[in-house]
Amino acid sequence: MISNSYFLNVIRFLLLVLVQVLVFNRLNFFGFINPMVYILFLYWYPIKEHRAAFIGLAFLLGISIDFFSDSMALHAASTLTIAYMRPAIMRFVFGVNFEFQSFKLSNTTRIQQITFLTLLIIVHHLVFFTLEIFSLANFLLILKKVLATGAVTLLLCLLFGSLFSVRKE
Amino acid sequence: MQQIIHFVIRYKNFLLYIFLMIVSLGFTIQSHSYHQSRFFNSSNWLTGNILETSNNVSTYFGLDAENQKLMDENRRLRDLLFNVGEIDSIVIDSTQRTYTITTGRVIKNSFSEPRNYITIDKGEEDSVNGDMGVITSKGILGIIENTSNHFATVQSILNEKSNINAKIKNTDHFGSLVWDMKRYDVVQLIDIPRLVKLTVGDTIVTGGMSSIFPENIPIGTIRKFDLNSSNSFYSIDVALFNDMTNIKNVYIVNNEYREEIEALENQTPSDD
Repeated sequence: MISNSYFLNVIRFLLLVLVQVLVFNRLNFFGFINPMVYILFLYWYPIKEHRAAFIGLAFLLGISIDFFSDSMALHAASTLTIAYMRPAIMRFVFGVNFEFQSFKLSNTTRIQQITFLTLLIIVHHLVFFTLEIFSLANFLLILKKVLATGAVTLLLCLLFGSLFSVRKE
Repeated sequence: MQQIIHFVIRYKNFLLYIFLMIVSLGFTIQSHSYHQSRFFNSSNWLTGNILETSNNVSTYFGLDAENQKLMDENRRLRDLLFNVGEIDSIVIDSTQRTYTITTGRVIKNSFSEPRNYITIDKGEEDSVNGDMGVITSKGILGIIENTSNHFATVQSILNEKSNINAKIKNTDHFGSLVWDMKRYDVVQLIDIPRLVKLTVGDTIVTGGMSSIFPENIPIGTIRKFDLNSSNSFYSIDVALFNDMTNIKNVYIVNNEYREEIEALENQTPSDD
C-alpha cells in the first residue's frame, strides 16, 4: 500500500509537470492567463506524510517547472510557500477534525474542498505574481493577474479534480 | 548546546522552508538585477529535448501560414534584387563580411510574463553564442542570452530588462526600446528629444549604435506619443510588426566585429 501511494505520487508529479509546461504554459487566455494546474499535486498529496519530505518535494516540483518556463525560481518559491502553509490552511478550513487519524479529504464536504483549493491557489498566485512583477507600483497589475489567473486555475483544478478523483474507499 | 539542538529539531520544517525560500529568492533576485540565471533556463539538454519533441508535433499545424510568410519574404528580397540594377560582381569573400546569418526554429515562446524568453533549436555547435541578435522576416525579436550545445534562450524584446538601440527611420534621432510589461504587441521607445517632429505611423528601425543588430532592421510603427514628465523627451508607443504570439522561423545575426568593438569600448573610459 505504501509503495503504491509512493508510485502514484511519482506518476502524478511527472504528469503534472509535463501537462503544465506543454499545455497550460502555452494557453495564454486573453493574452496573459496561464493557469497553474500543478497546484493539484499539493492538494492531492497525502496528509499524514512526513512534512519535511513534502516541503522538499514541493520545491522540486516548482523548480522543475521553472526549468522549462525560464522563470528563475518563481514557481519554486510560491509552491514552497503553500507547501509550508498547507497544515495551517487545513486547520482553518477543516477545523480540528483534520488532526484525527481517520481524516480523509474525500470525507469532507464539497464546500470545504473548494475553500481549501481556493486558499492554496490565492496564496500561491499572490506570492508568484508579487515576486514576478517585483514592484508595488504595479499593485493593480498584480491584483488583476492574481484574480484572473486564479479564477481559471480554480476552474481547471476543479475539473481535473473531479475527473481524476481519488476513489472513495 | 542541547537547547540549540532542541530548537533545530523543533523548528526543522520552518528552517527547511526558510532555507529553500532563501535559495529560490536568491536565484530570483540575482537575475532581476543581472542576467537570467545560468542554470535555470530552458536551453539545457533535458528541457530542450522535451520542448523540441513537443514542437516537432505542433509545427505541422502551422505549415501553410509559415510557408506563406517565407514566400512573402522571398518576394520582397527578389524585388530588392531585381531593382538593384546590373551587378557585375558580388563580393563573396567571407573574411570581408560584417554579419553572418544562421537560421533557427522557435521551440518555446512566451509573451505573457514580465520577463519573456524564447528558446530556439540552435546552440554552440551551430556557432550560436551569447549576445547575438535574433530577427524574423518581419522585424527584430531579441538577443541570445544563454546557450547550450544544441539550444539557446533568447531574451525577447518583451522583457523588462530588454534595452535596444532604435531610431526613427530615415533620421538619426535614436532612443532606447524598452517594454512596460502591459501589451504584447506594443513596446516603448524613450529618450527621443522633443524637438523631433513625429507623426503617428512613422516607422521605427534599429539604430546603428548597437554592435548586435545591423542598422535599419524594422521594429514597428508609432502608435501614439506623449512627452514624458520632464517635458523634454518623448515616450513613444510602438506597435510591433512581428506578431509575438506566432513565431516559428528566426534568423540569428552575428556581427563578426562585435568582440573587437566591445573590447575597444571597454578600454575607453566613459563618463557614466
